[in-house]
Amino acid sequence: MLTVANLSKQFGGVHAVQDVSFTIPQGCVYSVIGPNGAGKTTLFNLISGLYTPTSGSIRFEGQDISGQAPDRLARRGMSRTFQNLQICKNLSAIDNVMVGAHLTLNASMFAGMFRWPGLARADRACRERAAALMERVGCGDFITADAAAMPYGALKRLEIARALASDPKILFLDEPAAGLNHTETHSVQTLVAELARSGLTVVVVEHDMKLVMSVSDRILVLNYGRRLAEGTPADIRENPDVIAAYLGADTEEE
Amino acid sequence: MTQISQSPAPRAARSNTGRFIGLATLTTVVALLPLALPNAFYVDVAIRIAILAVNGIALNLLMGYTGQISLGHAGFFGLGAYGSAVLTAHFGWSPLWALLAAAAMTAVIAWGVARVILRLRGHYLAMATLGLGIIISIVLSNETAWTGGPDGMAVDSFSLFGVPLSGERRWYWVFGGLLIGTVILAQNLIDSPAGRALQALHGSETAASVAGIDVGRRKVGVFVLSATVAAVMGSLSAHYAGYINPGIAGFLQSVELVIIVVLGGMASIYGSIFGAVVMGLLPQLLAGYEGWDSVLFGLIMVVTMIVLPRGVVPSLTARLRSTRFGTKGNAPC
Ligand SMILES: Nc1ncnc2c1ncn2[C@@H]1O[C@H](COP(=O)(O)OP(=O)(O)OP(=O)(O)O)[C@@H](O)[C@H]1O
Ligand SMILES: [Mg+2]
Repeated sequence: MLTVANLSKQFGGVHAVQDVSFTIPQGCVYSVIGPNGAGKTTLFNLISGLYTPTSGSIRFEGQDISGQAPDRLARRGMSRTFQNLQICKNLSAIDNVMVGAHLTLNASMFAGMFRWPGLARADRACRERAAALMERVGCGDFITADAAAMPYGALKRLEIARALASDPKILFLDEPAAGLNHTETHSVQTLVAELARSGLTVVVVEHDMKLVMSVSDRILVLNYGRRLAEGTPADIRENPDVIAAYLGADTEEE
Repeated sequence: MTQISQSPAPRAARSNTGRFIGLATLTTVVALLPLALPNAFYVDVAIRIAILAVNGIALNLLMGYTGQISLGHAGFFGLGAYGSAVLTAHFGWSPLWALLAAAAMTAVIAWGVARVILRLRGHYLAMATLGLGIIISIVLSNETAWTGGPDGMAVDSFSLFGVPLSGERRWYWVFGGLLIGTVILAQNLIDSPAGRALQALHGSETAASVAGIDVGRRKVGVFVLSATVAAVMGSLSAHYAGYINPGIAGFLQSVELVIIVVLGGMASIYGSIFGAVVMGLLPQLLAGYEGWDSVLFGLIMVVTMIVLPRGVVPSLTARLRSTRFGTKGNAPC
């Protein structure tokens, strides 16, 4: 479904991502792990169009998408959340989720100003769907809240609800469990598994190894921007390079 | 002006009843106000407030809701006014066609400019729009053959299908109606998917673009919209006043609009109406304190913004909500 080939991104002298290649099969849960600064978020930013690659290519459903703008990629069915939350604090929580459904609605300014027939009805249906999504990801208590008044953990899940509102084909989650307690982490884990079962391709960056190991079909390990290993959770657990470079060295960090 | 880059106060979910009450109140005030206005002077003040309010609301869509500053918005008002004046005086166009042509021309200019300058952010965008406004007012001053230069020019009275529109009282209904219409359309827009997209890109351009919103196109769209509204108001007020000079497009007028938006409240429609009322009335009320009026005016602005930093209307509604429900204004309840 998504094929990344020899992808590199340089910031000045920093090689944030260097010559990384991998393929994400349709309908699976694919995890990207690696120590802090390994280039995981940069990889997400490259794939979702926020950064343009220095070199290399990204193919999605057989088409080259490298360098395309994020809004065009959203049209193709990509969606994501952010490690450093990108919440519209000037909107209510549910409006944030509805922003995710932007492409499914008639968003012309003219139609909006003159209340085009059907517009209000479609918007109401969208609002109900957004509320259902908030319930589903576990922030149903905040349906009437302003986004600015929500705690961190709920905002993390609000981002997932917004990302799902576009009905994507592939979903990228950047550290969905960071800062969450055990119960919350567990519910994220259940949610990811559920989404994958419904046919969605989910790509996860996460430091919580228990979550990664139990939920992933395949795992990519990055270290200093380079691909260190790739394979099934069992492969990764036994890979000596991974143990040396990541799991071994950084155990205190987990 | 640095606050433009921050998110403004969170907007409460607007209930339909709240919207209806606001609109009913506004309509009642507009309808009954003439009874309370003793003479043409006061009607004129009311008209000027309505013009400021419409321009303020349009600028608020750009500034308060979308988070893009414009320090040259009076320039578009001037383009509309002079477009109408020149087309009717020098080319003999009918006022209605002149108004439409001036609006279309302003929209095209705004579109061309916006595509370039809306890539800028914060202070850079402020500088660019400031420059734009200054250029427009210089052009209006220098093209003496067409515009009469700094002395200004006379403008024919407006007529629609041969029926002339004259007298403060008649114009009052035109501008009052336009104000109500603007409030309705602006609220429709804000509550629509398009309006949500504008507010979303204010909150986070990254989040908006990842959700499929073409951030650049949306910014240009709302810029053109608010510039075009200003142009139409410029055309009408030129016909109403019967005389215009380049001052109407100048920096001070642009700043006045920004004050209306910020004082009344960013991302608040009724805030802009409030701001327009203050800007329309305060100079009249302070006129007695000769020499001190500007100082008092500035002082009132400073104190208001310190006491009610989110602007008068949003700050007060938040306080009202919190006292009524005994919770913080934003808390989920
Ligand atoms: N916009 C940028 N400009 C300059 N350097 C950047 C930029 N974004 C990332 N980097 C650098 O690229 C490297 C990879 O960063 P990245 O955020 O991708 O790491 P990460 O794997 O997501 O780490 P973490 O686990 O802490 O989230 C880091 O050295 C970082 O400083
Ligand atoms: Mg990261």
